[in-house]
Amino acid sequence: MSDPVAMSRPRIGAAGKTGTWRTFRPVVDREACNACGLCAMYCPDGCINEDLEIDLDYCNGCGICAHECPKKAIRMDREDK
Amino acid sequence: MIRMAEIPKEEYLEKCTTACAGCTSSLTLRYVLKAAGPDTVLVVPACCTSILQGTYPNTAFSVPVYNIAFAAAAACASGMSEAFSSIGKKTNVIVYAGDGGTVDIGIQALSGALERGTDFLYICYDNEAYGNTGMQRSGATPMGARTTTTPGGKTDAKKDIDRIVAAHNIPYQATATPAYPKDLFDKVKTALATPGPSFIHVLAPCPPGWRIASDMSVAVGKMAVKTGSWVLWERKYGELSISAPSKGAMKKRAPLREYLSLQGRFKGISESVVNELEQSIEKNLARLAKEEAGEC
Ligand SMILES: Cc1ncc(C[n+]2csc(CCOP(=O)(O)OP(=O)(O)O)c2C)c(N)n1
Ligand code: SF4
Ligand code: SF4
Ligand code: SF4
Ligand SMILES: [Mg+2]
Repeated sequence: MSDPVAMSRPRIGAAGKTGTWRTFRPVVDREACNACGLCAMYCPDGCINEDLEIDLDYCNGCGICAHECPKKAIRMDREDK
Repeated sequence: MIRMAEIPKEEYLEKCTTACAGCTSSLTLRYVLKAAGPDTVLVVPACCTSILQGTYPNTAFSVPVYNIAFAAAAACASGMSEAFSSIGKKTNVIVYAGDGGTVDIGIQALSGALERGTDFLYICYDNEAYGNTGMQRSGATPMGARTTTTPGGKTDAKKDIDRIVAAHNIPYQATATPAYPKDLFDKVKTALATPGPSFIHVLAPCPPGWRIASDMSVAVGKMAVKTGSWVLWERKYGELSISAPSKGAMKKRAPLREYLSLQGRFKGISESVVNELEQSIEKNLARLAKEEAGEC
């Protein structure tokens, strides 16, 4: 049956792969990291998981994680063209 | 494995929304939905949040969203809340609206819903302008800020929506900012656990609108609190308490210039406007301190 009103359904990638927006990529230095979790807490898009893996399909490169990291353990590297 | 604050792991925004890089309104919504959980309906008037869901027939939001005309959001929530309670459902009804949609265009519907005692939570995320249409000034734009319609800096003061809402004597009211996510999360939890209307006003720094780099939006939110430009508090059944981050800030305030100079929208602001902003901060802090002490 079709929906009674125009209705969207949840889907990963509904807004496209926002990782393609990135000009700088976050790179974690696990040696310097103290596992405080602030980067994951502040990522607006929830792109950092508990194992500190960053989902580069969707990370748009905002740089908040790097800026808020108290150990300066995240570097923002320019993406290759 | 990294440590996580005692906040549920579940995410209710699927990767990813179309919000600009560094959008703290997205960050706000992330924590609002973590606090509210899956049995929630969002009512969203026209604003950035209408757009960042993605395009039909897909959405990045995994809770139902009722997209509605500006002036109708709170009225819609009243009807929805009544309908849920008439069938014995406890579903959270949350209006998630911008500052333009709240302090200007939606204000009469908001006032009506508060007066009727609607059981709902109204959240105003305040990026201090009409963001979605290109950063025109709103009633919530602060004095001195440049927007596309105030190219020389706004000459009027920010409308004090919190005092307007307070005049309705609702059971729960608070301010927040996602630079302090646990504080925001706790306030949403409290609001939803309190029967009747609740209102939370969230300062949401906006990189393109405030002319800040995308990595600076959380830092700017912290500085808003440290300078007293944004005061975190909650009022439960008329009892005001100032929240911990602002308690600290009130003991030793960072100079206002440190907040303004981070943002391109305040570039070239005059000394007299800075003084006016400073005076309004002092007045606001004094008023809140008095209220907390039970002196007014
Ligand atoms: C009645 C009406 N007037 C104007 C618009 C155009 N419009 C859409 S979003 C928007 C800006 C809303 O600003 P705000 O509520 O602050 O939310 P933000 O975009 O900043 O998130 C405007 C003016 C509209 N959709 N409906
Ligand atoms: S750069 Fe931004 S989007 Fe990417 S992981 Fe860091 S905070 Fe998240
Ligand atoms: S913020 Fe920095 S130190 Fe903390 S978990 Fe993330 S990378 Fe590690
Ligand atoms: S304009 Fe501002 S509030 Fe709107 S999506 Fe972009 S950063 Fe967020
Ligand atoms: Mg706005």
